[in-house]
Amino acid sequence: MLRHLISAADLTRDDAVLILDTAEEMARVADRPIKKLPTLRGRTVVNLFFEDSTRTRISFEAAEKRLSADVINFSAKGSSVSKGESLKDTAQTLEAMGVDAVVIRHGASGAPYRLATSGWIDAAVINAGDGTHQHPTQALLDAFTMRRRLIGRDAGLGQDLAGRRITIVGDILHSRVARSNVDLLHTLGAEVTLVAPPTLVPVGVEHWPCEVSYDLDSTLPKSDAVMMLRVQRERMNAAFFPTEREYSRRYGLDGDRMARMPEHAIVMHPGPMVRGMEITAEVADSDRCTVVEQVANGVSIRMAVLYLLLGGNESAVSHARTTEGK
Amino acid sequence: MDTHTSDARPVLEGPDIARVLTRIAHEIVERAKGADDVVLLGIPTRGVFLAQRLAAKLEEITDRKIPVGSLDITMYRDDLRMHPPRALARTEIPGDGIDGRLVVLVDDVLFSGRTIRAALDALNDIGRPRAVQLAVLVDRGHRELPIRADYVGKNLPTSLRETVKVQLAEEDGRDTVLLGAKRTP
Amino acid sequence: MSKILIRGAKVLGGDAQDVLIDGEIIAEVGQGLSAEGAEVVEAAGRVLLPGLVDLHTHLREPGREDSETVLTGTRAAASGGYTAVFAMANTFPVADTAGVVEQVYRLGREHGYCDVQPIGAVTVGLEGRKLAELGAMHESAAGVTVFSDDGKCVDDAVIMRRALEYVKAFGGVVAQHAQEPRLTEGAQMNEGVVSAELGLGGWPAVAEESIIARDVLLAEHVGSRVHICHLSTAGSVEIVRWAKSRGIDVTAEVTPHHLLLTDELVRTYNPVYKVNPPLRTERDVLALREALADGTIDIVATDHAPHPHEDKDCEWAAAAMGMVGLETALSVVQETMVDTGLLTWAQVADRMSFRPAGIGQAKGHGRPVSAGEPANLTLVDTAYRGSVDPAGFASRSRNTPYEGRELPGRVTHTWLRGKATLVDGKLT
Repeated sequence: MLRHLISAADLTRDDAVLILDTAEEMARVADRPIKKLPTLRGRTVVNLFFEDSTRTRISFEAAEKRLSADVINFSAKGSSVSKGESLKDTAQTLEAMGVDAVVIRHGASGAPYRLATSGWIDAAVINAGDGTHQHPTQALLDAFTMRRRLIGRDAGLGQDLAGRRITIVGDILHSRVARSNVDLLHTLGAEVTLVAPPTLVPVGVEHWPCEVSYDLDSTLPKSDAVMMLRVQRERMNAAFFPTEREYSRRYGLDGDRMARMPEHAIVMHPGPMVRGMEITAEVADSDRCTVVEQVANGVSIRMAVLYLLLGGNESAVSHARTTEGK
Repeated sequence: MDTHTSDARPVLEGPDIARVLTRIAHEIVERAKGADDVVLLGIPTRGVFLAQRLAAKLEEITDRKIPVGSLDITMYRDDLRMHPPRALARTEIPGDGIDGRLVVLVDDVLFSGRTIRAALDALNDIGRPRAVQLAVLVDRGHRELPIRADYVGKNLPTSLRETVKVQLAEEDGRDTVLLGAKRTP
Repeated sequence: MSKILIRGAKVLGGDAQDVLIDGEIIAEVGQGLSAEGAEVVEAAGRVLLPGLVDLHTHLREPGREDSETVLTGTRAAASGGYTAVFAMANTFPVADTAGVVEQVYRLGREHGYCDVQPIGAVTVGLEGRKLAELGAMHESAAGVTVFSDDGKCVDDAVIMRRALEYVKAFGGVVAQHAQEPRLTEGAQMNEGVVSAELGLGGWPAVAEESIIARDVLLAEHVGSRVHICHLSTAGSVEIVRWAKSRGIDVTAEVTPHHLLLTDELVRTYNPVYKVNPPLRTERDVLALREALADGTIDIVATDHAPHPHEDKDCEWAAAAMGMVGLETALSVVQETMVDTGLLTWAQVADRMSFRPAGIGQAKGHGRPVSAGEPANLTLVDTAYRGSVDPAGFASRSRNTPYEGRELPGRVTHTWLRGKATLVDGKLT
């Protein structure tokens, strides 16, 4: 059974659908006068953030509090970590305080996996983004958003994303969001196409369960959802692309390009957006753009994950990888 | 609650179930003085179907639309940590809400009372009813909390070694209540 | 020193023979030798090899005595069947002066477990900018002949050219750590399918191959010889094979771990598999084995790189690169090369003793097992199989990738100039 959520690749189709269905029920709690459930009363969750990410941290915190967990926020900045304390010592210190789950954001790929498998701690580990590896709750909230928009809230229950065509555009190489989405969307039966300049696609991508294209314009008409990834301006300095202007001309989404998408197709972005780079204000502010919805859905998804991992005496989600390992 | 149809015997059949639901409907109208502020909330899974059937009967009697919904109590259970997490069921509160109304909770079997305790907690987070009552198809005894039903289809004295299983056409293809022996491991 | 009779050993894997050691010298090799006045070591069924020579060891002293010292490192070497090790220059301070190399050399001699031949840095402070005093190190008591900035690549083509030229004056050799620095900025593991999935910075094969290609051409141009450290890719093999076919004076080494392990292991994110150069793919492993068998790769060198526990008990990106190897090298070579039929034991003696001693000009090492030669010998129980237990290591560090893995072969005895350093698997 899954004790940890480390990678979207670890989820089976049924696991993923269960999480999405559960999140749909969790979303309804947000419509009630009292937006709180007693489910995780007496359980302590620590948000262990070695990287700044206010939006992800707040989203987890909201989810934890709505489920009545006791929440400890630990930010590495200004803490003993910046004085050289290791991840192991930090984790063990927190566990000594009686923590049931660790939500970890870390700049090093694999840090959550290491935390879950090294025997340092017993608590459940939830990956809130590690390096350029994985960000599984982001992929789940993206899939949740797609299912709602493309199939429907109630009609979507029990459904996967079979046959939906999803295009992910931007800095694939440095993106944990892209990796998680490719894994999860494939598991859910969607057809994924990655679009990026060749410099921003990793060597080895040919083994991923998706297509790769360097041409955005030919991909847009065949897309049910287009996910724009943030492109950091500093990538320009490492020669990944010549100029910001050339990048946005070839790979940015503007109103003209959006018009080439099918009428029902949506535009997604994990945030924070770099307006004028990968997306124009016109697209970002349009009805087809789901950025704000994605944020709201993030809380529901994280509630679902927390409930399914921590709500019982064991996890409700089956698991392949981390339990097999050491 | 595990059931084993092999040695289970029916204690209520389809016509019995229809008859007791009709009786309960009449009792609700009587006790609620016309049932004009009644909201029926079924507890998933089978309590929801019973609530819908009761609503239909109440509508026949009163010739008024009776609000009916569902109340999932999974997240409020006190035994969450004794089992793997369960899939959630739908909570559907009728449009006008429950504030100031007479809420009748509907469930299939009343046993320890813990489900109803959880349901009362859940209601608390949704609104403030004028009063809350409880209707069950079967009361099998063995209460562990100070809870009783206002409307009971059938009192069924059981031992803890026995199981009670309600089957309804909407979910199980037929209406029946089965009494069986718990398999000893 | 008294006489020792090693009875019935398969010398270099051949027929059973007796070997009589008298003092520091092999007195006689033959059948039915008299045991009179000699301590007898029954060696029936075991393989007797010349003492192994490692051209690539990190002893960490001076500067990182928390991970290894000359004493613990040479004990580990004796334990693994080595009688001579070449100590890399990346210590603190760097071995870029006669003073440091003489200190390391002397410590090895004093402890007496294994000869230590220091390697001198090519450039001052391994910084790649200014040649170190190569001649002074050569002329010192340590008699340095191998120079390397190992851990760092001599990436400046002009500096590399000058070093290759300069050491010709005294018959030295430059051992290159081939790693193009710009192509490996932030690199964490082999660049390929696995790195793409794990989101770890990729370390492309071309970063190694481009430097090797450049350096063999430089060596040809200036008529010098060059040694390539820890060659790790199939492409590197092709370049070295091509260079040798052109008559370029190039030699190359492969580590035991690159003969056995692949980057699939990185999926565990366990930094015990983090090493420089990184573990590559199955295809590379097979190419390296083939190249070692056909002589394209000349030698096996351990790149024994001890690290304290805390430098490996952490997240991947924060972990140090390197693995200990002295105590498992021969077992890994038996597993990957002998038991697979790619090398005979005589060829193992060639790849792990004769040739490395030749490249490094280690006097008295890598000699035939015959009368009159220095008694540097290693006795191996090749029938043994057991799982690796780092708790039993003589090395101060435990960062082995083989913990719990079953490997064949066990060194039972090691003699350094007739003196037993290892008896029945126990250090003396």
